[in-house]
Amino acid sequence: MSWFALDTWIVLVGSACAVACALPGSFLVLRGMSLMGDAISHAVLPGLALAFLLTGSRASLPMFLGAAAIGILTAVLTQWIRRWGRLESGASMGIVFTTLFALGLILIVRGADRVDLDPSCVLYGALEFTPLDTVSVPGVGVPVPRALVVLASVALFNLLVLAAFFKEFRITSFDPEMADTLGIRSGLFHYLLMILTAVTVVAAFEAVGSVIVIALLIVPAATAHLLTDRLVPLLVLASLLGIASAGLGHLLAITVPPLFGFADTSTAGMMAAATGLLFLATWILAPRHGLLARRYRGRHREAAGPGSAEDPFHRGA
Amino acid sequence: MPGREHSARAPLSIHDLTVAYERSPVLWDVDLDLPAGSLVGVIGPNGAGKSTLLKACLDLIPRASGEVRFFGRPYREVRRRIGYVPQRESVDWDFPVSALDVVTMGLYGEIGWFRPVRRHHRERAREALAKAGIAELADRQIQQLSGGQQQRVFLARALVQRADLYLMDEPFAAVDAATQRTLTDLLQELREEGRGAVVVHHDLSTVRAIFDWVVLLNLRVVRAGPTEEVFTEENLAATYGGNLNLLAQAGEALRQREGT
Amino acid sequence: MTGVVGPPPAALSPALENLLRVLALLDYNTRLVVLTTALLGLASGLVGTFLLLRRRSLMGDALSHATLPGVGLAFLLAVAAGSSGKSLPVLLLGAAVTGLLGTLLVLLIRNHSRLKDDAAMGIVLGVSFGVGIAVLGVAQDAGGSAAGLEGFIYGKTASLVRSDLFLLAGTAFLVLACVLALRKEFTLLCFDEAFGSARGFPARRLDALLLTLATLVTIAGLQAVGLILVVAFLILPAAAARFWTHRVGPMLGLAAGIGALSGWSGASVSALFGRLPAGAVIVLAASCFFTVSLFFGRARGLAYRWYQHRLFERKMDRQHFLRAAYECLEGCYGRDHRGGLPPNRPLPVRTLRANRGWSEAEWRRMLRQARREDHLERVDRGHLLLSEAGYGEAARVVRNHRLWELFLMKHAAIAASHVHRDADAVEHLLSPEMVDELERELDRRDIPGSPHPLPTAGAEARADPPALPR
Repeated sequence: MSWFALDTWIVLVGSACAVACALPGSFLVLRGMSLMGDAISHAVLPGLALAFLLTGSRASLPMFLGAAAIGILTAVLTQWIRRWGRLESGASMGIVFTTLFALGLILIVRGADRVDLDPSCVLYGALEFTPLDTVSVPGVGVPVPRALVVLASVALFNLLVLAAFFKEFRITSFDPEMADTLGIRSGLFHYLLMILTAVTVVAAFEAVGSVIVIALLIVPAATAHLLTDRLVPLLVLASLLGIASAGLGHLLAITVPPLFGFADTSTAGMMAAATGLLFLATWILAPRHGLLARRYRGRHREAAGPGSAEDPFHRGA
Repeated sequence: MPGREHSARAPLSIHDLTVAYERSPVLWDVDLDLPAGSLVGVIGPNGAGKSTLLKACLDLIPRASGEVRFFGRPYREVRRRIGYVPQRESVDWDFPVSALDVVTMGLYGEIGWFRPVRRHHRERAREALAKAGIAELADRQIQQLSGGQQQRVFLARALVQRADLYLMDEPFAAVDAATQRTLTDLLQELREEGRGAVVVHHDLSTVRAIFDWVVLLNLRVVRAGPTEEVFTEENLAATYGGNLNLLAQAGEALRQREGT
Repeated sequence: MTGVVGPPPAALSPALENLLRVLALLDYNTRLVVLTTALLGLASGLVGTFLLLRRRSLMGDALSHATLPGVGLAFLLAVAAGSSGKSLPVLLLGAAVTGLLGTLLVLLIRNHSRLKDDAAMGIVLGVSFGVGIAVLGVAQDAGGSAAGLEGFIYGKTASLVRSDLFLLAGTAFLVLACVLALRKEFTLLCFDEAFGSARGFPARRLDALLLTLATLVTIAGLQAVGLILVVAFLILPAAAARFWTHRVGPMLGLAAGIGALSGWSGASVSALFGRLPAGAVIVLAASCFFTVSLFFGRARGLAYRWYQHRLFERKMDRQHFLRAAYECLEGCYGRDHRGGLPPNRPLPVRTLRANRGWSEAEWRRMLRQARREDHLERVDRGHLLLSEAGYGEAARVVRNHRLWELFLMKHAAIAASHVHRDADAVEHLLSPEMVDELERELDRRDIPGSPHPLPTAGAEARADPPALPR
C-alpha cells in the first residue's frame, strides 16, 4: 500500500466528521435516545432532497435550516404520535422515519435527472471524493477540501453550544424532573439536542452518508461510556475514538481488500466497521465495565464466600 | 368554594387540588395549609397519590383544578426557596457523574445561564456532602455508592440549595440504619433553623418520632393535623381501609376523560 | 423504475387503458409484483402485530440492517468457491445468518454491559450497515454481476421474478401457520412474560421463534422493498390495526389485511406512474393507511375520541340543564308533592337562569338540545315546562348527583361544602353499575335532599354549613 496526501485529507475529513458526531451522540446515548439519532439520520433524507432540488447545491445554509426543521419535526411527530396515538416511542419513531425516508427516496429518484444526485451517495457517502472538491482557506497554503471546512465548522458549532449549555445538558440528561423544578426546561434541551443532531447528520451525509452516520453518532459514545464514569472525559474519549476509527477505517479500507486480491473499498463503511472493532475490544477488555473484568469480579465474589455476596462496586462501603 | 384566602405565612397551602393525569393515581380535592417550620409526614398506602401530590405541587404534572401556593406565591416565583428530593429510582444511576457533580446540580438554578460552576460552588457542595456524612465519597461515580449513600447524595443536593421548605419523596425507602439516623438528625436540624419539610413516608413505626404534623392521604386527605391528635389507630384504619372502590372507579373515569 | 406496461393500443385513451391493465392485473409482471408485495404485507402485518405488542418494533430495524454484510459475504464466498455468486438462495442464507447474529448481538450487549437497549440496537445497526457497505464495495470489483447486490438496499420491486413470489408465498404460509397455531402463546408472551415463565412456559423459545419469523419476513422482503424500508412494513400495518380494535385476534387479521392492501395499492400506483421507486411508494401507501387509522380508527382513533368528547359535552350540558330545572322546581314548589318529588310545573326562566351563571349562548344551546331531545314541553311567557321524559331524566340526574355527594361525605370524608363541586365533576361519569353500587353502599332508593343549601336567585353568597371534621 502507499499513502498519499489524498489519504491524509480523507482521514482528516473523517476525523472532523467523527468529532462532530461524537458530541451530540454522547448525549443521545446517555439519554437513552440512541435510536432518535437513527431516526433523524433517516428522516433528513426528504429535507436533503428538497434542498438539492430547490437550490441545486450541497451543504448550503438553507439545507442546514431545513435539517434543523426536520430534526424538530421528527421529534415532534414522534412525540405527537406517541401521545395521541398512545403507541410506544419505538414504534412511533419507526413510523415517522420510515415514512420520511420513503418520501425522500421518491424525491431523489424523481429529481435525479435534474440535479446530479445519486441515492447511493446520499445513503453511504463518498468520502474518497471529498478531497477533490476544495476551497481555499485564508492562512492555509494548500487548498482544503470543502467537506473538511464544513464538518470542522459543525464540530466547532456543536462544541460551542454544548460548552455554553453544559450544565443544562448535564442536568436535563441526568434528572429532567429536577431540572424542571429548578426552572431549567428539559423539553427545550431535548429539542436543542435534536437540532444539533440533525445539523450534524446533514453536514456528515456528504462524507459518510446518512445511514452510516448513525454508527459515528452512537458507537464511539457507547464505547467511551464503558471506559469512563465522568461526563467530560466521556466526551473527549468519544471524540478520540471517533478520530481513531477514521484513521483505522481508512487504513483497513486500503489494506484489507488487497490482501485478498481485491481493489480497496469504501472508507466510510470501513470507518463504521472500525468503530465496531474498537467497541468490541473495549467491551471485552474495559477495566471496570468490560466482560472480562465483570467475569473476574464475579469469580472473585464467589471465592470470597457467601458472606460478601455484594458487588463491591455496586454496594460499596 | 372561593373565599378562603391562601395564608401568606403558610409555607405550603393547597387549595381544592384535583389531579388526574396519565398513570399517576388520582387525587381528589386536596385542601391543606401546612404550619410554618415543622416536619410534615405524608402517610398513606401504595397508590394513594403521595408522590403525585408532591409532583403536582411542583408543577411537574398538570392539575385538573385547584391552586398551590408556597409562602403565598405560585411555585415558579419561589423556586429558590423550595428544595425537592425525588425518589431514588427516578434517575439513571449509571450516568457518568460523581457525587459532587450531582450535588452541584442543586445550585444550577442559582448559578444561572451561561455561567460555569466555580470553585466556591464546589466548596458549598462539599459542605453539603459533609453534612450528609459522606464528604469522603465526593469523587465517586454515583453507581459505586450504596443505596443509602445515593440517598444522602440526593439529600445533599437539596441541602445545598439552602431552601426554606423541602419536599422529599420517600427518602427513608430502603436505606440502612445509619442513613436513617442521619436523615432524622438533618430533619431535626432543619426544624431548629425554622425551616420545614414535607416528607412522603411509609414506615408507620417511626412517624411519631420524626414528624410534628401528618397528612393521612388515600386518594383524598383523610385527616391532617398535629401528629398526636391525628395519628390514631382509628384514622389509620380509615386511611388504609375503607371502601374506595367507587372513588377509584370515578377517578379512572375522570382520568379517561382528561386524556381525550 | 417499472417498465411494466407495453405500448398502449390506439383504441382507448392511453392512461385509461393503462389503469385498466394494472387494476385487472392483466400484465404478467404487474400481477407478479402486486401479488408478491401483498403477500409481504400480509406476513409482516402478522409478525409486526406481535413485535408491536411486545414493544420490539425497532428490533426489525437492527435486524434488517444486519442482513447487508451477510449478502455481501455470501456473494464473495460464492465467487471464491467458483460460482457466479448470483444464486439468490445463497445470498439470502447469508442475509439470514448475519441478521440473526445481529439480533443475538443486540441481546448480548444489552444483557452483558452497562449499555441499554437503544444503544445496543444503534451499535449493531450502524456498524453492520457500514460493514455491509464496505463488503459490497469489495464485491463490486469481484464481478460485474455484483451490481445486483445494491438491489437489497432499496429493493428492486419492479423486477421481481417468479422465484421471489414463491419465496414470499412460502414465508407468508409459514408465518400464518405459526401465528395461527401459537396465537395464544404469543399473546401471553407479549402481555406478561414473567407470568408465562412462572407457569413453566417456554418464553425464551417463543421469543426466539418470534424473532426468527421476523428475520424470515425481513429477508423475504429485502428483494421487494429493500432493507431500510422493510422496517416500515413490520411497524406500519400493525400500528394502523391497533386503532381499530382492542383485541389481538381482530388486530392480527386487520394488520395482515392492511399490509396486503398497502402492498397491492402501492405496487399498482408505481406501475401506473413510471419512474417511482416502488418500495418507497408501497411504504407511503402503508403510511396513508396508518394516518387514516390514526384519525378515524374506531377503537381509539382521534376522530372517534373527539366524537366521544363531543358526546360527553352534550351529556354534561343536558345534565346541568335538567338538574338546574329540577332544583329550581324544588326551590319554587317544595319537594313534598309526591313522595319526596317536587311537582312538574312551569318554571320562571329568570329564576332558573339567575341560579346559574349561564351566558346567553350557553342558555340557547341548552334549550335547543333539550327541545331536540324532547325534554321540554313548552317555553312561553318567561316560563318553561319540562316534558314527562325530561322530568324523569331530571329526577334521575339529580339523584345520581346527590348519591355521589353523600358517598363523598360518608366514605371519603370530604366536607359538605366541597362535595357539590366534586360531584359536579363526576356525576356525568357515573355508569349504571356505579350507581347500583352507590345505592347499595348508601342503602337509599329515594332521591335524597341536597346535603348543602341549593343556590337560590338573588342569594349568591350562600352560607356554608358547618364543615364536617376532615
